[in-house]
Amino acid sequence: MSEIVFENVQRIFKHRDSEFLALDQINLTVGEKEFVAIVGPSGCGKTTCMRMAAGLEFPSSGSVKVAGAAVKAPGPERAVVFQQFALFPWKTVYQNIEFGLRAKGIPAAERRKTIEYYINMMNLRGHEHAYPGQLSGGMQQRVAIARAYSLDPAVLLMDEPFGALDAQTRVVMQEELVRLARINPRTVLFITHAVEEAVYLADRVVVMTSRPGKIKEIIDVKSVREAERWDEHARIEDVMDQESFVNLRTHIWKSLREEHGTSAH
Amino acid sequence: MSAPGRKLSTSRFVILTIAGAATFLAIWYGAALTGAAPPQFLPMPHEVIARLIRLIWVPFAGATLEQHLAASFARFAFGFGLAALIGVPLGLLMGRFRWLDGIVSPVFNGLRFVPPIAWVPFAALWMGTGIGGPVLIIFAGAFPPCVINAQRGVKFIDRPLLEASRTLGLTNVQVLTEVLFPAALPSIIAGLRISAGLGWMSLVGAELIVASSGIGNLLVKGQSAIDASIVMAGMIAIGVVGATIDIILRWLQNRLSHTP
Repeated sequence: MSEIVFENVQRIFKHRDSEFLALDQINLTVGEKEFVAIVGPSGCGKTTCMRMAAGLEFPSSGSVKVAGAAVKAPGPERAVVFQQFALFPWKTVYQNIEFGLRAKGIPAAERRKTIEYYINMMNLRGHEHAYPGQLSGGMQQRVAIARAYSLDPAVLLMDEPFGALDAQTRVVMQEELVRLARINPRTVLFITHAVEEAVYLADRVVVMTSRPGKIKEIIDVKSVREAERWDEHARIEDVMDQESFVNLRTHIWKSLREEHGTSAH
Repeated sequence: MSAPGRKLSTSRFVILTIAGAATFLAIWYGAALTGAAPPQFLPMPHEVIARLIRLIWVPFAGATLEQHLAASFARFAFGFGLAALIGVPLGLLMGRFRWLDGIVSPVFNGLRFVPPIAWVPFAALWMGTGIGGPVLIIFAGAFPPCVINAQRGVKFIDRPLLEASRTLGLTNVQVLTEVLFPAALPSIIAGLRISAGLGWMSLVGAELIVASSGIGNLLVKGQSAIDASIVMAGMIAIGVVGATIDIILRWLQNRLSHTP
């Protein structure tokens, strides 16, 4: 089992003498092989949630558990895809993907097979020996996703992975991620501020309030998606045309807009 | 009028370089020819060059010029290599682990303000005038920039890269050799350039006192013989070797900064 469980999580940030409550009363369970997206206004603490699951930050009170154990440190069984890719610029595409596999002590022949599998899957063939600086943002993020998946992690944590991409690239990446999630389902916690992205990708969408960040509501997308057979459409725009999709999206938008005041992204 | 910092064309640069050198030589010749300085203390430029060339063939103070330089360079390479080999990893680790920084910094910051030349009496007492004394002095000069620049290189690494290292489960050795070192490399090379310059200058200072061979020793023997042309020829040799070391490191720096 590789559930992520947030139990009464509170996070207080201290700045000199003042402190402020960033996250409060977070209770959330991301089930085994479930894809959960968190949306919320900027500064609501959604990234902090992901970072606590990764072991890069810790709750001030309450607990974050993965696979039943409290998260104490980062580890390769909880792979992270960062918004700014975080690829090593002095390593090639191949070496970037290989890095974590080497740390795991996987023998060279097996590494090569794994890397080639993900290089094919993420359409990176021909770019194995390029450096990240020679690739477009979309390709860099594909490398980062390949790097995360190649570790065969039980849990994938993604922090606005498509936030830095242009609109066209983002759509391609979203479709690829859905394809990947169907072939190779994992427990995924996906942070975004793009509502359509969340509805398109996730089984459940968590809407958060602005400061302090609390869970406002959780929307079950999966039942709608299965009932309305979104997966029969290969293209994102066809899914987005579905009335059921539009209804969910509008609902979440309205919910966010109450938090945001004027404009929700 | 040209804007400040505007780039000079190559031909202009060459002309200015020649003009600068010519002015310098003109003042030198002027001083020597007018007798402003007595000829035994200020030989003319061509006499110094002739002396320099003669030193390559005719031994002085027991060795030819290139033998003196070779002895000096061996000491330099030893001391500088030791400083880089210890200083760079230490700096990287100090940048990575705050507790190590806490242990090392007070001692390091106290000692690094002792000028290399002030180590001379201590080095002479402890290590003698063989290889040990001069190497210690070069080390004292070359070590601080190695440490400081390696540490600074780590401090300015992209935070997401460190976090990625941790989430990938990299080993400490991998982080040190494949993340921190390459990330800090531009800063390290810049440090090595400063370090080499200081090391080379400290060495010559050390040899004036604690060595029985080497280019610094050649200067001292030249002074004893009241032969200004030998002293000045030796100074030119020191400058040329120092500049050559810097050019090599600068070339390395440019090469590394151009790799993606």
